[in-house]
Amino acid sequence: AMDTDLSSQDRKDLDKFIKFFALKTVQVIVQARLGEKICTRSSSSPTGSDWFNLAIKDIPEVTHEAKKALAGQLPAVGRSMCVEISLKTSEGDSMELEIWCLEMNEKCDKEIKVSYTVYNRLSLLLKSLLAITRVTPAYRLSRKQGHEYVILYRIYFGEVQLSGLGEGFQTVRVGTVGTPVGTITLSCAYRINLAFMSTRQFERTPPIMGIIIDHFVDRPYPSSSPMHPCNYRAGEDNGAVYPSVEDSQEVCTTSFSTSPPSQCVFTVTKAHFQTPPPVVTDTLKVPVMGLAFSHQLSSSRLSYQPAALGVGSADMGYPVLFAGGLNAAHPHQLIGPGKEGGVPPIPSQPAHGTQADQERMCTPLDGVHYSAATPSSSEDTETVSNSSEGKCGSPHDLLETIFIRKVGAFVNKPLNQVTMANLDIPFAMFAPKNVELEDNDTMVNPPDSPETESPLQGSLHSEGSSGSSTGNTHDDFVMIDFKPAFSKDDILPMDLGTFYREFQNPPQLSSLSIDIGAQSMAEDLDSLPEKLAVHEKNVKEFDAFVETLQ
Amino acid sequence: TPCSTHRRTPPGATPAMNCRAEVLEVSVEGRQVEEAMLAVLHTVLLHRSTGKFHYKKEGTYSIGTVGTQDVDCDFIDFAYVRVSSEELDRALRKAVGEFKDALRNSGSDGMGQISLEFYQKKKSRWPFSDECIPWELWTIKVNVVNLANEQERQICREKVGEKLCEKIINIVEVMNRHEYLPKMPTQSEVDNVFDTSLKDVQPYLYKISYQITDSLGTSVTTTMRRLIKDTLAL
Repeated sequence: AMDTDLSSQDRKDLDKFIKFFALKTVQVIVQARLGEKICTRSSSSPTGSDWFNLAIKDIPEVTHEAKKALAGQLPAVGRSMCVEISLKTSEGDSMELEIWCLEMNEKCDKEIKVSYTVYNRLSLLLKSLLAITRVTPAYRLSRKQGHEYVILYRIYFGEVQLSGLGEGFQTVRVGTVGTPVGTITLSCAYRINLAFMSTRQFERTPPIMGIIIDHFVDRPYPSSSPMHPCNYRAGEDNGAVYPSVEDSQEVCTTSFSTSPPSQCVFTVTKAHFQTPPPVVTDTLKVPVMGLAFSHQLSSSRLSYQPAALGVGSADMGYPVLFAGGLNAAHPHQLIGPGKEGGVPPIPSQPAHGTQADQERMCTPLDGVHYSAATPSSSEDTETVSNSSEGKCGSPHDLLETIFIRKVGAFVNKPLNQVTMANLDIPFAMFAPKNVELEDNDTMVNPPDSPETESPLQGSLHSEGSSGSSTGNTHDDFVMIDFKPAFSKDDILPMDLGTFYREFQNPPQLSSLSIDIGAQSMAEDLDSLPEKLAVHEKNVKEFDAFVETLQ
Repeated sequence: TPCSTHRRTPPGATPAMNCRAEVLEVSVEGRQVEEAMLAVLHTVLLHRSTGKFHYKKEGTYSIGTVGTQDVDCDFIDFAYVRVSSEELDRALRKAVGEFKDALRNSGSDGMGQISLEFYQKKKSRWPFSDECIPWELWTIKVNVVNLANEQERQICREKVGEKLCEKIINIVEVMNRHEYLPKMPTQSEVDNVFDTSLKDVQPYLYKISYQITDSLGTSVTTTMRRLIKDTLAL
């Protein structure tokens, strides 16, 4: 009865909006915990694919995790989407910091216009989320991650579990949006007894050699559903003009695209998947810091192609193959009671949303053919081949490496932080782990997949003095006992030797990277006429200046 | 430290129909004034800016994309998100810079307020000039404190950071009320509702003004009212 007032088109639109709102919510939250400053560009001409008119990048792994958690469902009463942010120390202790909840309650607003008001309010809510994610305590912790701890995220769908946040946790409401089918609520519950986790404690220790966590064993390329221009039009709501849809045919058969044209999409055909993909063993705690933005590796411009029909309502599943948990022995990362000065004992808890997790399987790609939007050169179309065969992703095959290096301001996320499997090369997981990428970065020593409970244990040395050895073997140079003359250990948190070692291979400045913000080249080209016009206006000044030079 | 208060209409402001008013108060050190003001103003404008409208046939329009970026404060343990628009950032920095200078020149007490007002233009027939009808007014009351030593400054960094977190939450609460917003305009009306002069984003029409309070705390004796965004001149 609730739906009778809502036209079927409105209902479809609303479901779509809620789905993509959920995906964007996850992106905003996870990106806010990466430990880096986020920057996206405004674009005056609609690119046609930025949901809610906001430039929010889509990290493919994150979208995938979210879609996996949602499993085709939408938030509804009693079925909330939760993003759990937790901290894991180098000694293996972990602690939940925040739970972000996207919930739906029964309070309906029948009068509200879906295609217009709901959409705009969802946009406003995302802006609020951008703002609020910077003001909870976990933000500052996440900006300082890398030396002694990393920040992880986990997405689950179902009942909200707040018990891991400790006593006296606080809640902040981000906002609500009423819709004809219920009211969407977005809020965050966060732990407040972080006193022992004062960030000061972590500032004086030197960086430790770390490992990259890559939980994707049989991972194909970052892929997403085929792109479609989001021909979203809004009319005025004074009743005189009605919202029109440019091409209703297109809207029906396609979904609103998920993200801006900064990702590479690849052609995948059924023939390549001979074996069913392995089952996901558990929800994965993904280290937020180790993720690379796939768009950094992509070429700039995508051309749109109409989608082939896919599974369900144009919601293409990923050709994904996933396996294993972050920690082979303890998939839930609930390591036991902490040590002194560390994390307080955490009661062992049932796995969050275990049932839902275990029920989720990667769908084999039967009879599904994706057509892809290709990057500017069509030769770049890549195929996934044979990467899934025989690799059932036993956790022991996991390449576990966390990048501990702190990324400084203005720095483009260095290429050498890219996990190997995120590289857009075939058979990435078979590539030698210590390939050129890490040649330059001697601070990172990725060991082979450790089977220890605490992956960081072997490489942790708490002393700040020089000559720390890492215990790992990959070395392009030999660490020597570096005690430069006149350097002092006791006043500065970092002595000259450590400073020298740490910064001798600085990452590239973001201003020098070609693909800042991964915006499409076409957008740059589009802005050229404006720039030329400005320059033309100032021609006299330029001429005068040239005169002064002669 | 003063806590934030929400009053319907601050003294000195002209009550207008449908104009809601929010007041925030902060105590900061002199060098923190600019960053604190920018954090609040940018947060408000983030919520009150859209992408550029492109009108098509039949009165429909499409909306450009708003980018965002993180800003770290140098003198406050705080970070905020602002709209990615250099023009907008410049305009706010100019206004805040003038406010900061005025505060500094006003004497030791250092109290003042900066206001961000969103308004709509209503065309009038000649000889009357167009009216500006405010629909939302944000006032930030600032109290500048002087600190004695480095330790106090360090504490102030953290405390002001925490306070600003509270302010952001307050702002978001107000935004979430989904109260009056101007109707989406037709093409001919768009300049009466939005500031279309920026090339990459489109905030609602706004103006920033400030007042310096004299040392007695009475209502303004030295009023320096500067309009950064002007209404149509007579």
